[in-house]
Amino acid sequence: MTAHVDQGDPTAVSKPDVSAENTRPTVSPGRRDPDVADISVRGLWKVFGTARTATRVPTTPELAAMSRSELRDRTGCLAAVCDLDFDVAPGEVFVVMGLSGSGKSTLVRCLTRLIEPTAGTITIQGEDITRMGDRALRELRRNKVSMVFQHFGLLPHRRVIENVAFGLEIRGMSRAERMRRATEVIELVGLDGYQQSYPEQLSGGMQQRVGLARALAGDPGVMLFDEPFSALDPLIRRDMQQEVIRLHREVGKTMVFITHDLSEALKLGDRILIMRDGRTVQVGTGPELVGAPADDYVRDFVREVPRSQVLTLEWIMREAVPADDMSGRELAPDVVVRDAVRAVLESTAPVKVVRDGRLLGVVGDPEILRVVAGS
Amino acid sequence: MARAARVYRRPGRLTLLLGILVGWLVLYAVLKGTDTISLAPSDVTSLHTRLNDLNTSVGDNRNSNPFFLYFINEIQVGATHFITFLQNLLSQPSGTRPVPVVGWLGVVVIMTVIAGRFGNWRVAVLAAAGFLFLGLQGLWQPSMDTLALTIAAVVICVLIGIPLGVLVAQYRGFERVITPVLDLMQTMPTFVYLLPLTLLFLIGPATGVIAMVIYAMPPVIRLTAHGLQAVSTETVEAGRSLGSTRPQQLAKIMLPMARRTIIIGVNQTIMAALSMVTIAALVAAPGLGQTVLQALESQDVGTAFNAGLAIVVLAVVLDRVTTAASERARATDHARTRLRADPRWRRGADLVALIVTAVAVYLSYTYQLFAAFPDHLAIGGTRLGLDLGTHIESWTSSATSWAQRDLGSITGPIKNGVTYHALNPLQNLLDSSPWWLTFIAIVATAFVLGGRWAALIAATCLGLVVGTGLWQDSMDTLAATLIATVVVVVLGVMFGVWMGRNARADWGIRPFLDALQVMPAFVYLVPFVALFGATRFTGIVAAVLYAAPVAIKIVADGIRGVPAETVEAAGSSGCSTWQVITKVQLPMSVRSLALATNQGLIYVLAMVVVAGLVGGGALGFDVVAGFSQSSLFGKGLAAGAAIVLLGIALDRVTQSAARRAGGHVSHRAT
Repeated sequence: MTAHVDQGDPTAVSKPDVSAENTRPTVSPGRRDPDVADISVRGLWKVFGTARTATRVPTTPELAAMSRSELRDRTGCLAAVCDLDFDVAPGEVFVVMGLSGSGKSTLVRCLTRLIEPTAGTITIQGEDITRMGDRALRELRRNKVSMVFQHFGLLPHRRVIENVAFGLEIRGMSRAERMRRATEVIELVGLDGYQQSYPEQLSGGMQQRVGLARALAGDPGVMLFDEPFSALDPLIRRDMQQEVIRLHREVGKTMVFITHDLSEALKLGDRILIMRDGRTVQVGTGPELVGAPADDYVRDFVREVPRSQVLTLEWIMREAVPADDMSGRELAPDVVVRDAVRAVLESTAPVKVVRDGRLLGVVGDPEILRVVAGS
Repeated sequence: MARAARVYRRPGRLTLLLGILVGWLVLYAVLKGTDTISLAPSDVTSLHTRLNDLNTSVGDNRNSNPFFLYFINEIQVGATHFITFLQNLLSQPSGTRPVPVVGWLGVVVIMTVIAGRFGNWRVAVLAAAGFLFLGLQGLWQPSMDTLALTIAAVVICVLIGIPLGVLVAQYRGFERVITPVLDLMQTMPTFVYLLPLTLLFLIGPATGVIAMVIYAMPPVIRLTAHGLQAVSTETVEAGRSLGSTRPQQLAKIMLPMARRTIIIGVNQTIMAALSMVTIAALVAAPGLGQTVLQALESQDVGTAFNAGLAIVVLAVVLDRVTTAASERARATDHARTRLRADPRWRRGADLVALIVTAVAVYLSYTYQLFAAFPDHLAIGGTRLGLDLGTHIESWTSSATSWAQRDLGSITGPIKNGVTYHALNPLQNLLDSSPWWLTFIAIVATAFVLGGRWAALIAATCLGLVVGTGLWQDSMDTLAATLIATVVVVVLGVMFGVWMGRNARADWGIRPFLDALQVMPAFVYLVPFVALFGATRFTGIVAAVLYAAPVAIKIVADGIRGVPAETVEAAGSSGCSTWQVITKVQLPMSVRSLALATNQGLIYVLAMVVVAGLVGGGALGFDVVAGFSQSSLFGKGLAAGAAIVLLGIALDRVTQSAARRAGGHVSHRAT
């Protein structure tokens, strides 16, 4: 699933068949089957304001249709999350992207009811968490879903290992057992040797590794990330992104990742949900967003993205016409443009885009050059 | 009408105030001495007699009335038992033993070990030296009585205050309810609620400790709540996201993270409790307060100074130790000491400390020499005197008589100048005018300064003061308060501007201000009694010194709060330093000036009343007389009420005036 993330692999061009194993649907749907989905959100609302008015907003069509500023002027309520629907498949990295104030942090907190949603249902691994009592909710948080925070949320009075073991301590695990488990996780995130340090003795990146380890310690099925790397400087951020990719490959958790950084979203996300003023603007894979932005807002967002690194061949191919020289190489539709540049430009004949032996289209010099030149 | 009002410019506030003053003076000249309400010190009104009767009937019925039987008396008995227990432990003969359970050696070692364990070795040395000094002063037993009272009050404060702080942090509504109560507990002159408390809890140590608790509890509540609220929401969320229960969040996340702030709260509570020991002595609470009080009453400056010094030593030791403990509670420090304090090494040190303490306590339990602090040591044939106290007393006495004899030429004119040219005229104007004239003049002034509401409150309060029958004493107290406040504000502006503009001045002066604030109220009085005798002027000087640090700090913070860029802009447009101060910095810190005046007034009033003990006369004297003579109990109670009424009027009028000046004055923040 993470093939398009492995950029910078020059051998990808000569081994198109590796990519061809990927059977990504041409257009991934915004919704998947809820029976298979790990997380399934339907009609989710969070309206801040006095309880009586706030609960009326989702159920009153007139109010529900209003824009955020209109609603605030009219009722004094702030609609942080408006009528969201989405599904996250098991093992998927689902990114929610939006600018500050778009409601994305509220959304991720609603998922485990750190913030109580106003309306809608949230199903995690088959359980409707909006109906859960306190005890069941605690069990869910202890065992199934964990979260990584922007400013880490570590306990300054505890050592690294005690921070990592904190969730296990809360569950009531014995000291020896939780220390053993914490040591394992600390090794996994590359913090070996810092077990006895205090958080403030570590750099920001290392502190976030502690946060990551704490979230991993309980072996949850789902991990939520609330802008985990935006407090870090750019180089550290890149390392940490690689770390998440590596961890995802090793432990294969379902992840919901909040960010305001488009390049981070494209790098990590199998699918990306773009939020604006609490509403969904578009859900899709990186190439879908770049290749077919839903509106001007998204188009504006993706304008600066280097298209050749995101778009795949299926997005730039044209239909074959009888005049085409069909002696060119075959490549899979989800090969990233940048990795196909040499193959296309070196041969005189256009490259054939083929899935399962079926010809989907061709890519010639003009198509490639149009993307590379950034037009 | 509105348009007309706009055309005719209303006369300025200053003009109006001058008008009121001139009118008052003219009428005073004509009507002086008529319609005054005066009452000789031993005279009482019918209200006072009725209050006396109330006192008697409460005394008669306290063992039959269920409210007393099952509630008030229970508290009284419980507190008394607790104090007696601590006194048996530390200060008073216990059971059949002629000495307390733990003698001086045990106490010194316990304090040193606690200071070292929770603070650092430096404060451990300080604690040892300080407590030995108390013994050398010849004040071991009263010091331990004071320590016992302080411990009792602080333990009660912590046991009640921390849970309350937790509630305040968790429930918004509760915070709204309790904040005004805490404000009241801190701003009401401590002196005032002693007498009503004796009505309920009788004269004795229990009432003393309860008064200390009332005054000292707010800081620990406020700082506990503040510390808990300051815990980052994300950290709490992280705890919730891991599935912690509310008790787990509190115990494992919030309380540990707020630990340092809570310890600071305990520190302030200890300081507040200690500053009350002298006042608690008025209701027969034992200890150093008694010594100071008796010495002040007999004008024995040497003894008063020695005992006052002991209170300061106790305050400094307890302050430093708890401050060091709060520093240590910081996570950084935690981290820094990590390498040094290997857990095994640390456990070893604890064990050694425990054994040393046990041995010291055993020795002090068993041997007379280590139980009662010896006044001399006989080693071989030489006798080593340990009675530093008598030396201190005689030095002070001779210094006092020298000051009175040789400084009289300096202090005398100052005292007389202020007394004859400011205090007496103002006092005459206030109390020899017909009462209704003073009443009208004050209410009119309140109206000009603070508007309609302020005038209404002033009128109500003054009306009630008239009702107490203590109009003249109230006006005398008001005169002293006003004069002291003027001096406080002048000092506040002078030093505040200096400190606000000059970081080095701030660095140099601030420790002195801190020291003045930590010192218990009565201790101020001692040197001034020496210099100026038992007069009203002494009370004013003590009040100024008590209130000035607060005012100076507030002004300095206000001046520093003026944006540097604005000051630079003024400078770059050619302002002189004087112009920068008067045209930019002072006008922009008008809020701080108003707050400084308001707080200055409240502090001054509290101290002027205390000075009633040493010749300040007026309301303070009435309250004190209420403790000593049961026939004056009702009058004392009425005087307390008059003090509160004056305080409310002054507070409200200055607050409204401040709001009009463009700032909002909030109550003292701890």
